[in-house]
Amino acid sequence: MAAVKFTLNGKPQTVDVVPQMPLLWVLRDTLGMTGTKFGCGMQLCGACTVHIDGQPRRSCGTQISSVAGKSVTTIEGLSADGLSHPVQKAWLEADVPQCGYCQSGQIMTAAALIDKPGSRPPTDADIDESMRGNLCRCGTYQSIRRAVHLAAQYKAGKGGAA
Amino acid sequence: MSMRSNSLDRAQRHEQAVRSNRRTFLKVGAGAAGGLLVGFYLPEKSKLAAQAAALPAKLNTYIHIGPDDTVTFTITKSEMGQGTLTSLSQILAEQLDCDWKKIKTEIPSPAPEFGGMMGAYGSLSVRTTYNTLLKAGETARLMLVQAAAQKWGVDPAQCRTEEGAVINTATNDRLSYGSLADAAAKIPAPTNVSLKDPKNFKIIGKSIKRVDTAEKISGRAKFGIDARVDGMLYAVVARCPVFGGKVASFDDSRTKAVPGVKQVVQVPSGVAVLADNTWNAMEGRKALQVQWDEGPNAAQTSAKIRQTFMDLAEKPGAVARKVGDADAALAAAAKRVDAVYEAPFLSHSPMEPMNCTAHVRPDGCDVWVATQIQTAAQQTAASITKLPADKIKIHTMFLGGGFGRRGGADFVSEAVEISKAAGVPVKLTWSREDDMQHDLYRPASYAKFGGGVDANGNLTAFTCRVASQPFAGINNGVDRNAVDGIANLGYGSGIPNILVDNHPTETGIPCTFWRSVGYSHNTFFTESFIDELAGAAGKDPVEFRRTLLAKNPRMLGVLNLAAEKAGWGKPLPSGHYHGVALTDNIGSFNAQVAEVSVTNGKIKVHKITCAIDCGVVVNPAIVEQQVQSGIVFGLGPALRQAITIDRGRVVQANFNNYDPLRIDEMPVVEVHIVPSTANPGGIGEATTPNVAPAVANAVFKARGKRIRHLPIRQQDLA
Repeated sequence: MAAVKFTLNGKPQTVDVVPQMPLLWVLRDTLGMTGTKFGCGMQLCGACTVHIDGQPRRSCGTQISSVAGKSVTTIEGLSADGLSHPVQKAWLEADVPQCGYCQSGQIMTAAALIDKPGSRPPTDADIDESMRGNLCRCGTYQSIRRAVHLAAQYKAGKGGAA
Repeated sequence: MSMRSNSLDRAQRHEQAVRSNRRTFLKVGAGAAGGLLVGFYLPEKSKLAAQAAALPAKLNTYIHIGPDDTVTFTITKSEMGQGTLTSLSQILAEQLDCDWKKIKTEIPSPAPEFGGMMGAYGSLSVRTTYNTLLKAGETARLMLVQAAAQKWGVDPAQCRTEEGAVINTATNDRLSYGSLADAAAKIPAPTNVSLKDPKNFKIIGKSIKRVDTAEKISGRAKFGIDARVDGMLYAVVARCPVFGGKVASFDDSRTKAVPGVKQVVQVPSGVAVLADNTWNAMEGRKALQVQWDEGPNAAQTSAKIRQTFMDLAEKPGAVARKVGDADAALAAAAKRVDAVYEAPFLSHSPMEPMNCTAHVRPDGCDVWVATQIQTAAQQTAASITKLPADKIKIHTMFLGGGFGRRGGADFVSEAVEISKAAGVPVKLTWSREDDMQHDLYRPASYAKFGGGVDANGNLTAFTCRVASQPFAGINNGVDRNAVDGIANLGYGSGIPNILVDNHPTETGIPCTFWRSVGYSHNTFFTESFIDELAGAAGKDPVEFRRTLLAKNPRMLGVLNLAAEKAGWGKPLPSGHYHGVALTDNIGSFNAQVAEVSVTNGKIKVHKITCAIDCGVVVNPAIVEQQVQSGIVFGLGPALRQAITIDRGRVVQANFNNYDPLRIDEMPVVEVHIVPSTANPGGIGEATTPNVAPAVANAVFKARGKRIRHLPIRQQDLA
């Protein structure tokens, strides 16, 4: 056991767990933040995607010890009200989720794409490349493409206010 | 227990039963915290429900209108992505004329008042409740009108309703439903209600946003795996990798040395490790040493199962359908086509692996679970704990995908067993490997077809012999699921001689319902074979099908619409080819045209044009979602997904070797809904069957070689 200090959704956080424990299970079981989902445990499905220092990362394959001193953002911290990040607004407008289980990961991956500094509006090919690591068994892919385009518009200040 | 897809005629019979049942409305009164409570019985049509139907009717759907104007709909159908919370609310809200923004939904624990079988399966939720929910809404609305009329001292005919209020048309005075609820609860319920003319619908038929989206994009939605109970331990189970095997002995000394591990208990399905978090439980399981008694299936393989099917297909099986004399017609045919089609076992692999949280106490048991069938979960827990069913509370969580898998109660059984043995609340989580290797699978199937056409290109004979693994009973030697979509082939009325027979065959592999059930493989078989027969007849695949569908206007309608919208027969980009397939399952009809190219041995599906006729549409956007969803679910197994068996166990373990369709492979799916006033059909399972044959028929055009095996193999593209 070892204490690990990091920033979680903008606030300091300390956890005392085995150092090999994946961030996913620290979030879900130790801290009770269940918005980040377990899908495969092998970085194959993207359901557990969070941001570490702004980059999309698979929390199932991230040992907690490697997070020390870093800044972690989860779906719970993506926006103040849980609905107002441009990607969340676009997801709401396009009514993307079906079962919804993969959507935290989809949204975190899409948010990293949209928020990438200096990025241009993504093409379908950009979206496919960024999002192909995120599985959806309900088949929301067509809605996701539409919503990422919408999110890019919102980010650029075109529509979708409030 | 029945989760099967249901043929149209049975669905229609059921709708008539609903219409003729004037006693569906049963109970009104005050809610526990005031307001108006209206309860209804929504008949179900499963086997258990049929038994229950012999008992006095019970209530299973409620509308509660609170003094604060909130309207709470108690909905007995789990939300697994198919949109039931939204679409069933739309039906109630339409006739009730309530304010959509003030609606809440809740899913109750199964109780006798909810009748026989509480569950969501068979694409039945809308089509079996539509008429009764309309009546429920209207009954409540009439009582609110009556209460307002009494308050104003006017004739109820002078009142109308709008967005959660009764309006006095003479004075424009307005009373909200909430302010009338207590008075309405004292009014005798009307015995005869007439329903809105559909042309006045404001909510049904509209693409209203789903009620569950905000929760699901903010991380707040609670799925089964998100349940948390004070004092709970986290559990995983080591199970015998071979189906039917069991624990011979185990040594947990190394497990107990793993940090955080609290208990190790043996349960019927294996050895459970309990720890202070899921990760530590998984680490503890890795350290466990178990000697397995692998049982009778230890040498089973996919190749042996295939050989068994092949051998059986050489001799006649139990007859599932016989029209005319197919053998004589085949012998007399101008051209005869023989072909064998095969499909493998498949896993459901919903994104949320199986899990269940249970707290067994001497006086009761709580279960938090993502389940499709609450009644099965409750009965399972009651049987293990020996507690009466009313002491078992089922808390229904959101389902991270169902697809038939969550109709099972094996994961409920494990969690309850562990909590009972350990004496603490327990959250059981299956790893992805557990989920994929201990699924209840879509059966593998082997089908041997014969077909004959006469000199004019008319189809005169159709035969099919199916060998497959049954899982839900055999009647007169026939496994109905194994021949669904073949024995009741949609073209049946156009074929004079038909013989379909079946060999239900035990393979030792546990199987269950998988989205669209028998149609999931049989429509691939039949729609590919019909294409072969079109070739033998020298006819265009669409034209050939049209000639068989003269007496089937809804099938013909979707075929014509899909062909027209896809531009069938018109020039395509170089290297692109069209294939078509259609089916009638779950009381709906759909046709798909796939646009496909094959380059360097790789298939690219560019577009699927789908025409769907599912009767009255409650929410077009949700129908469109389900059409896309069904197509994605069928396309992965068409292109690469398969479960294979070696040494009695599943070879595949995770998404690296059972890889579902990904976004970069997603075709454009264009959905065309046929306007209809027919009773609603199902939608969740409608489009899964057609995509594989539509793609395979296009690949045939591209490469000139028939695809008779799923998934499509490299050798089929050479």
